[in-house]
Amino acid sequence: MRKGLFYGLLFTAPAILGFIIFTLGPMIASLVLSLTDYNVFKDQTSFIGFDNYVKMFSGEDDLFYKSLGVTFYFVILRVPAVIILSFFIALLLNMNVKGRAMFRTIIYLPSIVPAVASAMIWMWLMNPDLGLINSVLNWLHLPTSNWLYSEGSVIPSVVLTTLWGIGSTVIIFLAGLSGIPKQYYEAIDVDGGGWYNKLRHITIPMVTPTIFFNTIMTIIGSFQVFNEAYILTEGGPNNKSLFYVFYLWRTGFRDTEMGYASALAWILFIIIMFFTFIVFKTSKSWVHYEGGERS
Amino acid sequence: MKQSRLMLSAGYGALILISAMFIIPFIWLIRSSLMNLSQIFTMPPEWIPAPFQWDNFRRALTVLPFDTFFTNTIIIVVSVLIGTVVTSSVAAFGFSRISWKGRDTLFAILMTSMMLPAAVTIIPSFLGWQMLGFYDTYYPLIVPAYFGGGIFNIFLLRQFYLTIPRDFDEAAFVDGANYFQIYIKIIFPLSRSAIIVVALFSFLGSWNDFMGPLIYLKSDKLFTLALGLQMFQGSYTAQWDLLMAASAAVVLPCVIVFLIGQRYFLEGITLTGLKG
Repeated sequence: MRKGLFYGLLFTAPAILGFIIFTLGPMIASLVLSLTDYNVFKDQTSFIGFDNYVKMFSGEDDLFYKSLGVTFYFVILRVPAVIILSFFIALLLNMNVKGRAMFRTIIYLPSIVPAVASAMIWMWLMNPDLGLINSVLNWLHLPTSNWLYSEGSVIPSVVLTTLWGIGSTVIIFLAGLSGIPKQYYEAIDVDGGGWYNKLRHITIPMVTPTIFFNTIMTIIGSFQVFNEAYILTEGGPNNKSLFYVFYLWRTGFRDTEMGYASALAWILFIIIMFFTFIVFKTSKSWVHYEGGERS
Repeated sequence: MKQSRLMLSAGYGALILISAMFIIPFIWLIRSSLMNLSQIFTMPPEWIPAPFQWDNFRRALTVLPFDTFFTNTIIIVVSVLIGTVVTSSVAAFGFSRISWKGRDTLFAILMTSMMLPAAVTIIPSFLGWQMLGFYDTYYPLIVPAYFGGGIFNIFLLRQFYLTIPRDFDEAAFVDGANYFQIYIKIIFPLSRSAIIVVALFSFLGSWNDFMGPLIYLKSDKLFTLALGLQMFQGSYTAQWDLLMAASAAVVLPCVIVFLIGQRYFLEGITLTGLKG
């Protein structure tokens, strides 16, 4: 239908143009830039082929491996923590409790707090001398920690601060849980099975699509953490929280090595695609779709 | 589903404990923002300010031009919101209510950009805006919203539009309406709640945006609240009373907007997560 094509393109034109101007164009430009030594303060830019990538992997830039290590450590700690904790909270919220709406609001509220403000609150809570957390630990005669200020505890501390914002993951789990037909549970009641059987044989299999969705989104988000590094720790102490995107930003915008930073960006893209792909591939064996057709 | 009494009480206990942990940082923020420094540092911690230091807010908000930051943020937030709502709903209409060849393929291609890390496009985008002479202006922060408003929003609205019965358009066609009239008179009004969801997410997204203003803005007088707060933190490191008052002032508008639009937020998240 000719008319349909005309109007279809007319209505979607801003979005298509936007995709070309703000996504596709910059993507291509970024790929080209990553093959150059472009630096804002250098007069000449030359095409250097894969030198930027060689520099990364040959170990010449030890901060590359360092930031990669930091980011992987963060992702490995954060993704299971987010998924397990938010699933657990969603299970509690899905129980027949009074005041559900209030609990749900309280748990979602932190995820709307601006990153800068949330960072400020946590810096204050985790202040080694005067913060609330150490005060409480002291009062309970438990060992205290330097939290964001020591090399060993900085990443777990950042993970903790981000767990405050898991509200939207909880809500998505809750939606998945409320979609499970009640009859399934009644069947187990008839068979005399307890809560464990319900969880293992109904709840978990039925929410695997939601677990899958949340896992992918959490992985993609965790690899790209930036605000926390910039505001909370500035990469310290001793580069122990030099998150990959923070390092990329520093290379590109502070040290103005934009060619090299573009190469860093592409490696990040490949890593994220790789992990998303892995989760997709393995999902066939653990994600259960009702009727085998929902996607 | 039947629950034993024991399970239910354990559930309540756990929920109360978790909610407390989620809300204590807010309480700590508010109480610190209303105390003087000596009371803030009292050990063991006190929870009720005595007396309430309302003056912290006035001091915190006047040492830096927070009124300017506030106005700047509002300008950006409102411009982005209008652009996002208009262009994402128009695009979603084109991707759902009009049949045309290649539509779904094109939409699938657009969807792939959701996986692309912002880091990949940020450097060329920055260089592009700089070349056009728009570094240190609001254009880089606002203009992209007028080109589709983000694929995520298009996706969300499209999901919603697909649930509206086809008969509505057909009937309007018979009455001689064209696509523009169908969009404005039927689809847009019918999707009010989904539009509100997009508007709310757009509001929070640009209110909370940190990296965008950080990269594109240089002059203090153009700074947003997020940047202002960060600058504040840099210069008043030990002034926890003022830092907390400034933070509370930045958080408060978000909380108000959330509490007003709560139902829509929760619906919106559910809509995106479930049918993904």
